[in-house]
Amino acid sequence: MSMPGQVQPAVDPVQGDDEPEGPVLIEARDLEKLFRIPEHRIDTFKERALHPFSGPDFRELRALDKVSFDVRKGEFFGIVGRNGSGKSTLLKILASIYRADAGTIRVAGRLAPFIELGVGFNPELTARDNVVLNAVMMGLTPRQARQRLPAVFEFAELEDFTELKLKNYSSGMSVRLAFSVMLQTEADILLIDEVLAVGDAAFQQKCYDVFHEMKDADKTVVFVTHDMTAVQTFCDRAMLLHDGQVTDIGEPEEIGRHYLRLNFEGEHAGKTDQGENLAVDLHTAIIEARLLDEDDDPITNIEFGRPIRFEAVLEAKSELLEPVLTFHVLDADSRLVFGHQRALVLGNGEPGHVPAGGRIQIAGTLDNPLNPGRYHLTCWVRRNRTQGDMAVQAMRMIDFVVFGTPGGAGGMITVDGDIELELEGSR
Amino acid sequence: MSDVSSQAELAANPGLRPVVGPGAVGGGWKRFFDLLILMSVSDFRKAYFGTVLGYAWSLLRPLMLFAVLLAVFTQIFRIGSQGVEHYEVYLLLNIVLFSFFQEATVTATTAVVAQEGIVRKTQFPRLVVPMSIVLTSFFNLGMNMIAVLIFAVALGVSPMWTWLLFPLSVLALVVLTSAVSSYLSALYVRHRDVAIIWSVSATALFYGSAVLYPVSIIPEGVLRDVIFANPIVPILVQTNKWVIDSGAPGAAEAAGGWAKLIPAITIFVVACVVAVWYFRREAPRVAEEL
Repeated sequence: MSMPGQVQPAVDPVQGDDEPEGPVLIEARDLEKLFRIPEHRIDTFKERALHPFSGPDFRELRALDKVSFDVRKGEFFGIVGRNGSGKSTLLKILASIYRADAGTIRVAGRLAPFIELGVGFNPELTARDNVVLNAVMMGLTPRQARQRLPAVFEFAELEDFTELKLKNYSSGMSVRLAFSVMLQTEADILLIDEVLAVGDAAFQQKCYDVFHEMKDADKTVVFVTHDMTAVQTFCDRAMLLHDGQVTDIGEPEEIGRHYLRLNFEGEHAGKTDQGENLAVDLHTAIIEARLLDEDDDPITNIEFGRPIRFEAVLEAKSELLEPVLTFHVLDADSRLVFGHQRALVLGNGEPGHVPAGGRIQIAGTLDNPLNPGRYHLTCWVRRNRTQGDMAVQAMRMIDFVVFGTPGGAGGMITVDGDIELELEGSR
Repeated sequence: MSDVSSQAELAANPGLRPVVGPGAVGGGWKRFFDLLILMSVSDFRKAYFGTVLGYAWSLLRPLMLFAVLLAVFTQIFRIGSQGVEHYEVYLLLNIVLFSFFQEATVTATTAVVAQEGIVRKTQFPRLVVPMSIVLTSFFNLGMNMIAVLIFAVALGVSPMWTWLLFPLSVLALVVLTSAVSSYLSALYVRHRDVAIIWSVSATALFYGSAVLYPVSIIPEGVLRDVIFANPIVPILVQTNKWVIDSGAPGAAEAAGGWAKLIPAITIFVVACVVAVWYFRREAPRVAEEL
């Protein structure tokens, strides 16, 4: 029995990078899927009886529009696109969970899907029963499924929880289990939807290891993700979906760039998060705050490595005595990445006083070591340097995204550095 | 993509098979039955081994209902004394058979929605969901029949060769139960008040199905014809004749002739046809409607 942990590279890895020449395993032609989304969903006879003549108000959503592509044997095929672009719908049609309205799919071999966090489990049953059931759904016989139970639980590192009901599993545990089942069914084609979005760091690393092994073993994988790094690391080819249409199929690098352009072009620039900030009874308000590129044009998103340039105007709602401003850059989980602090000092070196209604102009340029991701810039205003924390007000000034390909090897930031390696005794 | 080129590709890749999407059955009967049995057995095990009293609990429900009804109908209304041989056994057997129908149909109604996690994320023949509920209830029926058998022998019902025909009654009941269960489980996906309507209807059916009383106490005429239009009634009547009292009238005799059974048979067949048609129609889309 070949377990993922023991997969032997079947082919020379160098050859695996070549354009796949194998036979077509998935052939999709002109797939279409239309969802009719009820504006007012009529779920009960009562509503039906109360509104007998209000025909169902449907909004039509074209989730897939003439989608055609091939996946060849041994290929790691990425599907990328924004939320709502139709990726998951496409995967569900491939996995026979939805039926396409038009078009054809032909598949050679057995498919094992890992859909929407993969947890196709019954919460009331034990993990063991669920695994057997799931494996049979993916095409094993009950006997084969039982034989593979130990391997499934071993890979998921859940040997101690086989008799626990699924409802008592944490979400991370059930994802690990589902992923493990999918691997152990040894299907010809794996369909994987966003597995990297869940689980802890250790599990993600394990997924990465498995992907590397699958790639080396020339497994056929269809892989849906937001993670451009993963696409560029693993995929032989990728497809970009946008509004249900195939925008581009090709090299992962090119698809990744295309995806980022698509993501950031449409958004309007220089928006502050006003709803949260303009609390009138506080001592300071943001009048405007925006991010600038090097030509002083407003932007919302910064390319990796480019400096963070911003300007802002604050207005004092009540008098500020010797105010101190602290700028923090936080990540999507509101973890502080770094900060800067400045006191308002007048031209003559005296600490500044801001009368009620007075304004402070801010212009900043910060080095940008941030790896791609979502960040925000907050400003803390301490009303009076001599007063305690009570008079400190926090304001979320600017939300922004750093995009691009990082030069480092993971983490929150990339720093310059020099590491020398030398084989001992080689001289 | 022209047909010519895809045909050429098909020739090059004979392994390519069309994917038709989800359906009521499909993927092979072996897989269907594997899944059916796995799901029912794990449900059944859950019910029997999940609680300390397991089997006792599942027996207790029909037995308690039986005790209450027995007290009411022998001590207060005295139907029991109106010429029904072995009324206690008659009542218990009817309750057990009807409970099978009621339990399966009521549970199956919400089953597809309750199994949402599986339906939305895995590919399998959708009919497995309601049918596994029927099978689980069928296991329960089997366990309950042990109790009925012990009870019947203890109360002096003598074994007859017609006991061998009992499986025919059960078969008819299982087919009807499967049809109603599948239909309701698909209907519930679109109309959520089906569950309430059906649980009330099932109770009404309980009183209308001659579970508690012999059909002979209903005056012949329209009322008895209406009662006999319910397919469960002839099944129960015939079962009584086969199992408990060979001297009791059979279904046709009690209905007043074979012709009077036509409505029941028609309803039975229509229920099966409608169930198959509706479930097949809805199955490909249930994952989207959830």
